[in-house]
Amino acid sequence: MKQINEMKLQIPGKSANESFARAALSAFAAQLDPTIDELADIKTAVSEAVTNCIVHGYRDEIGPVYIHAKLYEDNTLTIKIRDKGCGIPDIKQAMEPLFTTCTTGERAGLGFAVMQSFMDKVRVTSKPGKGTCVVLTKKLLSKGAGNA
Amino acid sequence: MSINIETDDGVVEVYLSGEIDHHSAGELRERIDEAIGAVTPQRVILDFRGVTFMDSSGIGLVMGRYKLLEGTGAVLELRGLSSPVKRVMRLAGLDRIAVMDGGTKK
Repeated sequence: MKQINEMKLQIPGKSANESFARAALSAFAAQLDPTIDELADIKTAVSEAVTNCIVHGYRDEIGPVYIHAKLYEDNTLTIKIRDKGCGIPDIKQAMEPLFTTCTTGERAGLGFAVMQSFMDKVRVTSKPGKGTCVVLTKKLLSKGAGNA
Repeated sequence: MSINIETDDGVVEVYLSGEIDHHSAGELRERIDEAIGAVTPQRVILDFRGVTFMDSSGIGLVMGRYKLLEGTGAVLELRGLSSPVKRVMRLAGLDRIAVMDGGTKK
């Protein structure tokens, strides 16, 4: 499928950048003329993935979060969100709803469940000690301009 | 994100507005818990009318307050839920632990 546009963003894994990341992706996805619900889905999934990098990938450190998004002519959006943090030893377990490594009881353990529910496809690759990469894919049903 | 808390006769009403994410949830949690600790309420109402965005950090915020109130007999109510906020909450089954928009717990 032909790619029509792309964007790359690198931000320090500071929690203040969570809102910036989802706003940036929302503005980029706007080229496909999404519905309000589709934009809300994208923002929520991006927020979950970036928060995972900050909270779980880097924990007490601040490291870089890399975002690479692409738009395709069939109205598909892919968003790759990557960190160079601690990695996930067991991806299957990490993706189980309610599983969390947080001990304070304030994290719901639903980050991946939200991503899976709001996007069409969620692909996770990770190497312990090297980092984690999440690729979110969503085909927008709205009629996009497609020629930005 | 802003928060306004009103306490009256055992009822704590929390008016939330703006975006709830991991960045903002910490301060919200502290402010709400401070108010709950000060009055030992019978009802805690979280009003989401002004919330423009919420991810699963909002679920953690609600679940954490539910655990805090558990065993005290206090009722947790969630009010003013927009469609996207409700969708995130239902995903987590929050309609089973709290009264949502004047309904009953499932």
